[in-house]
Amino acid sequence: MRKLIIGALGLVLFATSGVSFYQSRRLEEPVVLSDGVTDVKRLGDYFEGVRGTVNDANLYFLDSGVPGATMLVLGGTHPEEPAGRLAAWLLAENAVMEEGRLIVVLSGNRSATTVTRVGGAYPPDFTIETDWGERTFRLGDRWSNPLDQWPDPEVYIHDPSGQYLAYVDIRNLNRAWPGRPNGTLTERTTYAFMELIRREGVDVFIDLHEAELQYPVISTIVAHESGQELATFVSMMLSDTEFNMGMEYSPVNLRGLSHREVGDNSDAVSLLFEAPEPFLDATRGRTTREQLLTGQDEFVVKAGEAGLLFERIDERGWPIAVRVGRHTSAVLQTMEAWTELNPDRPIRSRGVPRYAEVIERGVGHWLRDPASVPPGRVRVE
Amino acid sequence: MALLQTLVTLLYYALVAFVSVMLVWNLIRSRDWKEEVLYVIVLVPFLLRLFRLK
Repeated sequence: MRKLIIGALGLVLFATSGVSFYQSRRLEEPVVLSDGVTDVKRLGDYFEGVRGTVNDANLYFLDSGVPGATMLVLGGTHPEEPAGRLAAWLLAENAVMEEGRLIVVLSGNRSATTVTRVGGAYPPDFTIETDWGERTFRLGDRWSNPLDQWPDPEVYIHDPSGQYLAYVDIRNLNRAWPGRPNGTLTERTTYAFMELIRREGVDVFIDLHEAELQYPVISTIVAHESGQELATFVSMMLSDTEFNMGMEYSPVNLRGLSHREVGDNSDAVSLLFEAPEPFLDATRGRTTREQLLTGQDEFVVKAGEAGLLFERIDERGWPIAVRVGRHTSAVLQTMEAWTELNPDRPIRSRGVPRYAEVIERGVGHWLRDPASVPPGRVRVE
Repeated sequence: MALLQTLVTLLYYALVAFVSVMLVWNLIRSRDWKEEVLYVIVLVPFLLRLFRLK
């Protein structure tokens, strides 16, 4: 009898934790398609090696029908940097192209959205208040879920460079470019994106990220040398009119990163945008949903007072609207600068809020109600 | 590499299943209630991994 009671208690513990993990992994995130979305394809359409896997991502095509450039915006390379994903969400739900073509990805590494950092006490999800209710998103992690790709090697040897990288980065999408068709899930995913870039003739590739304030590559554009003129132009315009934005060159000897490998292995200009996210800082206090969304943390402020940070912070923190607004403005500014530099291949959109508009109305204002549109105009991430 | 990963993963799950069965077996044989509680607590993460929940 005693054994039965103890066993039953164990089963309750297993069932409750199991249901929690199961639901978290399968939380459905709706996407209300903008009127400008003309097609939704899957990453598996470009490479069979990811078809039907957890990383068979949705690809949102917004085609103006007017000849011009093609831009690919990748959100969710690192899902635990939610401003990158949310900015891409705002594009997919609001953008209408007037010239050229935009392809948007919300879950670059969908596997990584289904797990949080082991031992990190991360919340499994976060919620954004909207004008009509709320939307909940998976928080995710920096690396693919070990349930989808395991084990890690002692040392990750990047292909094709042969460079030695940290073992865990074999599951890091932004260390696995340009990928390989017979590699791990993460490598097959970047290979599929490279196929997409090559086959769709992408002119500009943008990878959206966030960074801890103790990391020197922050509030900046990292640009492949093929995009130095474009990135410099964007950096100057943003810094002059909206917010400070740096510009750095992609290191030639740091392999596996999108800003290096996409530029080296395709005709696309490759850029990576970084926004500040105190949630990622090692000196942060409690790792909560509130901290994630407000970007407020007294311990990170203390680190700033000690001169340990590469970006300013005060008690106002770095709210999610500021971080998302930086990304949307940077994408829009890139379209404008590209068009000015390449008038024969323009790209122009409307409907996407810039920095000041996102801050003024909040991120949620730009997320649309799934119940307000026909079911055919809603997708799930 | 991918094939090796698959083989190691299969071996790993076989090991997890084996340890889970051993824990249940020890739980049944044990006569000390503190040991029984310990076996149950240790078993939970093994089951979560075996059923690919975490």
